Amino acid sequence: MLNLIESRAPDAREQAAALLAEVSPAALGHEAPAHIIGVTGPPGVGKSSLLSQLVKHWRSGDRSVAVLAVDPSSRRSGGSLLGDRARIEIDPKDRRVFVRSTAAGTRLGGLAPATRAASEALAAAFDVVVIETVGVGQSETEVADAVDTVAVVLQPASGDVLQFLKAGIMEVPDVLVLTKTDLGPIAMRAMADLRAALLALGATETEVCAVSSVPPPQGIAQLAQALEDHRMRVDLPKRRQHARRRHALEDFAVEFGERGLRALGGRLQAERWLEQQDPALDVPSLERALTDRAERRA
Amino acid sequence: MPERPSHHLPEPDRPWMMRTYAGHSDARRSNELYRKNLEKGQTGLSIAFDLPTQTGYDPDHELAKGEVGKVGVSIAHKGDMETLLDRIPLDQMNTSMTINATAAWLLALYIVAAEDQDPPTPEKELQGTTQNDILKEYLSRGTYAFPPGPSMRLIADTIAYTVEHVPKWNPINICSYHLQEAGATPVQEIAFAMSNAIAVLDAVKQRVSQDLMGSVFGRISFFVNAGVRFIEEHAKLRAMAVLWDELGRERYGVEDEKQRRLRYGVQVNSLGLTEAQPENNVYRIALEALAVTLGRNARARAIQLPAWNEALGLPRPWDQQWSLRLQQILAYETDLLEYPDIFEGSKVMDGLVAELLEGARDEMHRVAELGGAVEAVDYMKAALVESHRRRWQRIESGERVAVGMNRFTSTEPSPLTAGADGGILVVDPEIEAERKAALEQWRANRDQKAVDQALATLAQTASDDDENIMPATIAAARAGATTGEWAQALREAFGEYRAPTGVGEAAAASSEEVSELREEVERVSEALGRRLKFLVGKPGLDGHSNGAEQIAVRARDAGMDVVYEGIRLTPSQIATSAAHEGVHVIGLSILSGSHRELIPAVLEALREAGAGDVPVVVGGIIPADDAAAMRESGIAAVYTPKDWNLNAMMRDIIELVAARYGVNSAVGA
Repeated sequence: MLNLIESRAPDAREQAAALLAEVSPAALGHEAPAHIIGVTGPPGVGKSSLLSQLVKHWRSGDRSVAVLAVDPSSRRSGGSLLGDRARIEIDPKDRRVFVRSTAAGTRLGGLAPATRAASEALAAAFDVVVIETVGVGQSETEVADAVDTVAVVLQPASGDVLQFLKAGIMEVPDVLVLTKTDLGPIAMRAMADLRAALLALGATETEVCAVSSVPPPQGIAQLAQALEDHRMRVDLPKRRQHARRRHALEDFAVEFGERGLRALGGRLQAERWLEQQDPALDVPSLERALTDRAERRA
Repeated sequence: MPERPSHHLPEPDRPWMMRTYAGHSDARRSNELYRKNLEKGQTGLSIAFDLPTQTGYDPDHELAKGEVGKVGVSIAHKGDMETLLDRIPLDQMNTSMTINATAAWLLALYIVAAEDQDPPTPEKELQGTTQNDILKEYLSRGTYAFPPGPSMRLIADTIAYTVEHVPKWNPINICSYHLQEAGATPVQEIAFAMSNAIAVLDAVKQRVSQDLMGSVFGRISFFVNAGVRFIEEHAKLRAMAVLWDELGRERYGVEDEKQRRLRYGVQVNSLGLTEAQPENNVYRIALEALAVTLGRNARARAIQLPAWNEALGLPRPWDQQWSLRLQQILAYETDLLEYPDIFEGSKVMDGLVAELLEGARDEMHRVAELGGAVEAVDYMKAALVESHRRRWQRIESGERVAVGMNRFTSTEPSPLTAGADGGILVVDPEIEAERKAALEQWRANRDQKAVDQALATLAQTASDDDENIMPATIAAARAGATTGEWAQALREAFGEYRAPTGVGEAAAASSEEVSELREEVERVSEALGRRLKFLVGKPGLDGHSNGAEQIAVRARDAGMDVVYEGIRLTPSQIATSAAHEGVHVIGLSILSGSHRELIPAVLEALREAGAGDVPVVVGGIIPADDAAAMRESGIAAVYTPKDWNLNAMMRDIIELVAARYGVNSAVGA
């Protein structure tokens, strides 16, 4: 199925669009029940170890999990090395866990073009869908447009991230995760700094979770609960609508560029127009609507 | 007797310790082999363990499948160790064990076997070496079991224990050997090995009193490599001697000059041995042996030489004898041992040494800046993959000559490989079943309560960082615990680990070399609808990933999306990845000789995962008969060391994908 979604061949794209229409809210009568979670953070903070533990936790509660790992290795020569899945431990015989890696887009942490579509499709089949990306400052914004809950992962002494947060370069995520708390005093200090920064920003809703993935793992259940709590709080249909509209507009922009956007009267006007469309429409339908409108106006 | 002139030594030197890296199947068969080797004039033992023993699994573990007794002997408990050393007097023997992640355990088994021997040998009289160098396992060899922190603790514990209780034992052999096999330049080999030694010594410093640091320093030995550029290789060893002396004096305050002397054993280069015209390897090995013996000031203490047919498969006893004879001719027939250092005062040698020292100091500085060798594993691994890539490029371009392989390739058929066995040793496939049955019996006959008790104590010791692991390990060995049980107890306490693959950081090949390939990949990808996706997998316990890494990097350079997950994957892990990732083609690499068991297992797992139609190619040290059988069983292509041209291999793979998915005509139109 994902082979189809990733494909750029014309007939494959038609089939993929048909597939997405089948899992759209319009067809299902409601939003896909999965919890779509974005997990992002700088390289080396322990995202994969954390995901290994989270997957184990979800599986022990019999929830099925799909992970879309957007590999940080930048494309060179068009090719890429996808090694990230290696670090997420799963039971290979467990049919209810799925891990797929894709090369990042051209920017660090950028989503691969098909990742959003893949997450939408997987949301109809799995209980939890995770999009894992690497980066800080911009990646969480892009991920935020594709998921229900964004978790930013940090390790003690990630001072630069704290600065980004304070300076507003980085948007405040839904959940902040501090890894490597087995490090003791430095970790305690980092927790205090994060809490203080969030307080100063008035971000009282953001939960800070401390975890350790080295044995014995700690804080995993609490983190899972914090993610779940956020999902209960958030207006899911609204967030998903927003995500689909952003997705459609991004795809349109990739396809038709600035010229296409001008034909729609600019990005802002296009966004406003999208807001008036049927909230249950799937992405390919929204894209078609945008394309039709651009052609009419051209 | 007339006095000898001063350019002679008053007395010729004693020859170095002569060993052969040997062991296969089970303890009984290996013991026979050792006793035969000793009869032939070998003066020490060098034990090769199989991969399950090296990585801490019993013969009946899922990951041990196909690997039991293959690249060395399978040792699961003290009974095996006693059989292995039967009728070998341990008070006189000097035994080197190539064992790393499980070194503390195998040393414990050795100690227990010695006290059970008749007559017993107390631990304080035992002589030998445990390789016990984990960082190079992360960087090159792949038989690690635990994460870096706990692994360094195990090393420090064995050193702290032996320096007091087994004082003639070399508890660690810092290996530069495998760094060269992974592509290290001489400068990298020196610098990374020295940095590694610093990490070990710094860790030990925390666990022994300062007055013992001199003895600790004096017992650290090195295990080096020597390639065919033997002049430079000799200079490399002289440079290491200079740095080691300096390090002892300046960093660790070792005052006794003797304790600061570089002591090293050597196995010469396997990387440069060719499958093409394999008889030529005998010359290469002889020249490499000169690199480590020519100059007295940096001469090896112990030598083991590879056999001529290593690139073909496992050497037979006769092949190993041929290598031992080379050492004996060098030591006993030539006049090598009659002179003082023959390079003293040589401008060329001094210049080379100075050059290497400068480079090595810079590189050591870089590693230190990253926080030391443990922290710099990622950096060093990436640097090695990159060096190896460049080395390979020079071979492919012909800039680096490999006689019989990329030049002077016309040849007569070799009578050496014409025999019924193809010129290699094949381990009896029944060994695995035999070993499993024997293990079951061992477990049934031991005092289970004593074992449980010993393992519980071991687990407790492991979780307390201030305790030394050795006493509890020796107690577990005595009680009859198994290799897998010991390692499992520690895995639970320490967690497991996957080392970096180093491939992500490797530089891209220059575009003209791969531009044709890139066009092909673009063309095929366009027709497929998405980018050609290639899974490179290493099934089984074999950690020799250098080849797989180079293939992954080249495939990326050619424009493919490459899924490479590193070493030690079960067939079902590989199959699941292939299915989840939606790859178009799979490449499997196996060098341990376990392809007969593992390849069919992967194919079966692929079918189960619904990816049975994805074409599979295989690379490794694979005898011709096995290759033919594999192709019959549905493997699309088999590559061996003679297929050294990676671009040609890539072209095959692209064509294979195009043909399988029927995309040729679509694009041609």
